[in-house]
Amino acid sequence: MPFTRYVEIGRVALINYGPEYGKLVVISDVVDQNRALVDRPDEIRRVVNFKRLVLTDFKIDIPRLAKKSVLTKALEEADVFAKFSNSSWGRKIAKREAKANLTDFERHTALVAKVTRSKKVRTAFNALKKAAKN
Amino acid sequence: MPIQGGYKYHQYQVVGRHLPTEKDAEPPIFRMKLWAQDTVRAKSKFWYFLAKLRKVKKANGQIVAVNEIFERRPTTIKNFGIWVRYTSRTGVHNMFKEYRDVTLNGAVEQMYQEMGSRHRVRSSALQIIKTATIKAADTKRANIKQFHDSKISFPLTRRMARPSDPRFKTTFKANRPNVAIF
Repeated sequence: MPFTRYVEIGRVALINYGPEYGKLVVISDVVDQNRALVDRPDEIRRVVNFKRLVLTDFKIDIPRLAKKSVLTKALEEADVFAKFSNSSWGRKIAKREAKANLTDFERHTALVAKVTRSKKVRTAFNALKKAAKN
Repeated sequence: MPIQGGYKYHQYQVVGRHLPTEKDAEPPIFRMKLWAQDTVRAKSKFWYFLAKLRKVKKANGQIVAVNEIFERRPTTIKNFGIWVRYTSRTGVHNMFKEYRDVTLNGAVEQMYQEMGSRHRVRSSALQIIKTATIKAADTKRANIKQFHDSKISFPLTRRMARPSDPRFKTTFKANRPNVAIF
């Protein structure tokens, strides 16, 4: 299988380690084979190791070491953050977060709903099975 | 905001001179920029080097000032050249190294790590002769030159799915990890 995501200037990446887990950043420049200079509209540009980054499909058109204003504009035009949260990867993250933030009662409601649903499915299935036998 | 840093060695500027004597009421002042773990060790290194270069030693000298030097622009990448001198098991060697980093302290840190791993040089056997920020066109090493490309593009190969936090690390896995993540 060929590679589809490359480390490039303007590539949007996700931080997958530590307290900033789940944060989207843009690669602003490449330091060396292990590290990149990453940027975000609301943060100061800094170095992150590739071990802590996962590349996404999105790439914005920015020059190397782009200014904050250029970066913000390019991000807004490409609408990357919204597109990512609408992608299947983004929706999966949102789903996982929603599940982790459930209260005890909500977990119970979900359990009851699951039981009710499988009961209905079972009844319908058994009825069909009986009909097929006769 | 995470800070740039956490480096082992910091850059200090140490200023010192010989104590005023009857013969010389105004001895010359010497300034040295060096890397050390703290100000105490910076002063010690200053006396070590100064005694080798001039006829001044700690017993008859005084420190005028010690200041830490910070990187002016820690958000841009520079090419740093470092000239070092070290004593190996067989003799003394000089070396020139190039590193890409956002701070000079980071480049010095990389240099200490690399000298330790490639040449087994202990930090006590290493002396930094000189450092410089080198223009992209003037760099020598192929490993540094390959990153001088505004249209740089390379894939990340052999990706390992890692736990999001050290708390979730496990020694034994149920399945052999897949590293072919595209």
